[in-house]
Amino acid sequence: MGNVLTIILQRLALGLLTLLIVSIVIFIAVNLLPGDFAESILGQGATPEAVASIRKDLGLDQPLVVRYFDWLGGVLRGDLGTSFAQANFASFTGTDSGATTVAQQIAPRFANTMFLAMITAMIAVPFSIFLGVLAALYRNTVFDRATNIFTLSSISSPEFFVAYILILFLAVLNPIFPSLSTIFEGMPLIERVERSMLPALTLTLVVTAHMMRMTRAAIINLLASPYIEMARLKGLSPMRVIVKHALPNALAPIINVIALNLAYLITGVVVVEVVFVYPGIGQLFVDSVQNRDIPVVQACCLIFATAFILLNLTADIMSILSNPRLRHPK
Amino acid sequence: MIWFVAALIGLAAVAWGFRFAGQAVTGNAPKFRDMPYGVAYGYVLGAAVLAWLVWAYMQGRSDDQAIANKFFFLRIAIEGFIIFAIAAWLFRLLGRSVGTARSKKLFRSMPLTASFGILTILIYAIFAIFAGLIAPYGQEQIIPGVAANIIPGGDPELGGNPDFPLGTDQIGRDILSRLIYGAQNTVGIAFATTVLAFLLGGTLGFLAATLGGWLDQLLSRAVDVLMAIPSLIFALLLMTIASVWAPELGIPLTVFMVVIIAVIDSTRVYRLARAVGQNIVVMDYIEAAKLRGEGLGYLVFKEILPNATAPLLAEFGLRFCFVFLTIAALSFLGVGIQPPLADWGTMVRDLGGFVNFAQFAPMAATAPLLAAGAIALLTVAVNFVVDWMLHKSSGLKE
Repeated sequence: MGNVLTIILQRLALGLLTLLIVSIVIFIAVNLLPGDFAESILGQGATPEAVASIRKDLGLDQPLVVRYFDWLGGVLRGDLGTSFAQANFASFTGTDSGATTVAQQIAPRFANTMFLAMITAMIAVPFSIFLGVLAALYRNTVFDRATNIFTLSSISSPEFFVAYILILFLAVLNPIFPSLSTIFEGMPLIERVERSMLPALTLTLVVTAHMMRMTRAAIINLLASPYIEMARLKGLSPMRVIVKHALPNALAPIINVIALNLAYLITGVVVVEVVFVYPGIGQLFVDSVQNRDIPVVQACCLIFATAFILLNLTADIMSILSNPRLRHPK
Repeated sequence: MIWFVAALIGLAAVAWGFRFAGQAVTGNAPKFRDMPYGVAYGYVLGAAVLAWLVWAYMQGRSDDQAIANKFFFLRIAIEGFIIFAIAAWLFRLLGRSVGTARSKKLFRSMPLTASFGILTILIYAIFAIFAGLIAPYGQEQIIPGVAANIIPGGDPELGGNPDFPLGTDQIGRDILSRLIYGAQNTVGIAFATTVLAFLLGGTLGFLAATLGGWLDQLLSRAVDVLMAIPSLIFALLLMTIASVWAPELGIPLTVFMVVIIAVIDSTRVYRLARAVGQNIVVMDYIEAAKLRGEGLGYLVFKEILPNATAPLLAEFGLRFCFVFLTIAALSFLGVGIQPPLADWGTMVRDLGGFVNFAQFAPMAATAPLLAAGAIALLTVAVNFVVDWMLHKSSGLKE
């Protein structure tokens, strides 16, 4: 078992290292901008003195390396900096709205996005495993071909196409769910779920296809094994052979693909959140990109990358744990 | 919701009856005797869905305008599906009887989905190349004497104009022409980006595989880091920066976008090219070529490349889909292909609000759906073809 622990620790260290390098890449990318924040804040009427004073306030007169470690230290303490648009606004009106730091802006939206991802996962994972098992059971029938065409189509359509089709049929023509997901603090859970339903369904359609195809492929791969033959010869029903004998052995690749799809969910929310005006981190990201609110863009980027790396790491560790051959590398 | 559940339970009873009746009528034939309950349920469910589709189609042709409007899109979808299926079938028939022996053989083993894919790609190619001849107006042309915001459908009573079957946009440009030009711009730019990504990723990947050593390590670790950032997020970050640089350098933002997406996607190509290249580099004929004293260029282009075409070609199709979708997503978010170039992603964003009028004026909602559908149709078509190619080359006959 000690061996496994070392491998997992190695992976974790590698993940951390990747994250560190990614943070450097993001930082450098942002600093490629011509001019700097000070000039952008002041806009057209920037006098050299004002620029110099703001530059000093924000620490922009320091060398790049010092600024990077300042930023990194802040991030580790949970301080993601001051939002550009908000700081601008606060100084303009002379009021302090109370949400000027990036962390304060991001926290509630991050919770919303996690909520959306959770609902989606709760619908998509059971649904896709169920469909995958069925498709493996009735492979090469009309059902299998129909699901194949359907999943291939929904994998390859852009998210906004799926989203608008769902809006058309489930919100406009048959008003079952609201087409805009206005969500606020203190909303009853049921209502919140109802309002998040259309974005969740859109994401479900997009990720289900991949997971279902992997489930089907993983099970079909196993069907030639001797123990499946044995189970069949014992006279078990096809459903029982697959659920009891094939599925547990196919779990490793399935868990792997689920983790990868959750990683995709975290990033795939961007477009979907914009379509449904869902107040999540993706929407914030796009707004900040359009406003060139660099500190927020930088922070969102880092959060997305962290989630992506963590979930990929989980997938990696899961597949090591579930596969004895990877546990004892030669 | 209650009706839905009740219908499912009702179907359960019908399924049981169906199996029982089947057993009784056929004298317990093996097909019905050994039929699991789930399969019987599946047959009944499938029949119910088909019956519902036929009913909905009839509703869509109903004389009552309110009901017809409600089922308008379902009607169009069903008609479109049938027309495409027939067209694909005819195209396959054509391919089977015309052409060389080899192409005939290819078409004979082709599933309907793949022939649909090839046909669709051909149609897109024609539209993209001859957009200037096919489109009735120019993509940037603001037609004089014509109002903006003409409703699609060409029905003057609803605010349409027969000269503009899909209406005009906010500043009076013909939407149909812009859709056709969109094929040229969106598909063309995506194609160019993919080619660039392949040139970059493929060359570096083969070089890393052939030379190995520190170059391989350096490139591979750099690619690892780039791949650790989700591609759409990274593209958005870089586009933010590029949008500041573009006006200063006087280079169109679209050029930046092509380069950024090509670099991000070339990491995926690099991975594949390196993996494929490494399998080829250990072959005896490479050893022989090295002993003959051939140079690096010869090794990469004359020895490795020809043997790596099949996997790279399939990857090209998939990569094209990804690039196409990324560009569409960026344009949809407002940072991709810039106006006045006509582009499908931007059109969806600009016209998306019209979907909400679908209940009263179904034609008004068609413009954004057509633009989004045009993107979806092409990616689906490419995926169908790639799926078939992979299936064929892997020899899977399960």
